[in-house]
Amino acid sequence: MTGDNWPLYEVFIRSRAGLSHRHAGSVHAADDQMALDHARDVFTRRSEGVSIWVVKSTDIVASDPAESTEFFEPAADKIYRHPTFYTIPDGVDNL
Amino acid sequence: MAMTREQALLEYVLRLGDNALILGQRLTELIAHGPELEEELANANFALDYLGQARMYYAYAGQLEGAGRDEDAFAFLRSDHEYRNLLLVEQPNGHFGDVMMRQFLFENYYVLQLDALTRCDDEHLAAIAARALTEVRYHLRHVSQWIVRLGDGTEESHRRVAESLERLWRYTGEAFASDEVDDVVRDTLQGPDPEELLRTWRKNVKDVLQEATLTMPEDGWMAGGGRQGHHTEHFGYLLAEMQHLQRTHPGAEW
Repeated sequence: MTGDNWPLYEVFIRSRAGLSHRHAGSVHAADDQMALDHARDVFTRRSEGVSIWVVKSTDIVASDPAESTEFFEPAADKIYRHPTFYTIPDGVDNL
Repeated sequence: MAMTREQALLEYVLRLGDNALILGQRLTELIAHGPELEEELANANFALDYLGQARMYYAYAGQLEGAGRDEDAFAFLRSDHEYRNLLLVEQPNGHFGDVMMRQFLFENYYVLQLDALTRCDDEHLAAIAARALTEVRYHLRHVSQWIVRLGDGTEESHRRVAESLERLWRYTGEAFASDEVDDVVRDTLQGPDPEELLRTWRKNVKDVLQEATLTMPEDGWMAGGGRQGHHTEHFGYLLAEMQHLQRTHPGAEW
């Protein structure tokens, strides 16, 4: 049994209620349930999460680095899209 | 002379502690031998869960006994005939299927035992059981999936895990063979009823085995004696390794 035979899964963890899931890393697993167990054992040993999503890495559709110029650069000089003219109230930590 | 409630409770708690310690020690032997990094971590978590549970049981046993023995004294300074664990948990690791099957058969029993103990009349024991139960429920979920995966997997995995089942089955009867300790705990502390546990155990084990396309063995001769201190030949080696440090350097601490 080697890691080559087991597909890679990406792991997303919600650290507490109210926050969104964040990418935590990846695990190898033979099936979906095993991926969930492995994610739990690898990434939530110290109470890091209250919810886990796993998805096969091959099922993720990713942007192509070769296209990053036309994909991302047009947003770079549009400062008016940033809500920088508001002040964030005290106590809002996770906006 | 009939056994008092206090004597039975102490004995019962030590049996729980010894099951946890010895299975924890067996799983610890596998550290750095896992088939995959992820499974390695799962196993290490299980081993640590068991060591943690053993500490809780031994600390409570020390309190019940009132003779000044602490957790280390129970874990490391007894000889083989003083350990009350089931023969099942001391069986050698063997291959991965053996490890999964041993844990599957034991934990199906242990979760039922713990669940019943959360409702017993001894508050301290009920609290330990409630905490251990959440850990062991997860273990059981994990190993049950493996039983299905191996049983309903390839021809080789099926054959090998079927052999594990056949080999370990004879050690499953001991957990349900009640003696005076079980009787007193059941009658005076509202503890588990072994007969009832056995009925549910058979059903739960059968359900998973069926899903795994494995056949539940016929009940033949069942080994016993672990709870009375009569262990299999493997046990001495396990103790020698586990107790080596405390025996060589008595009182050693981190």
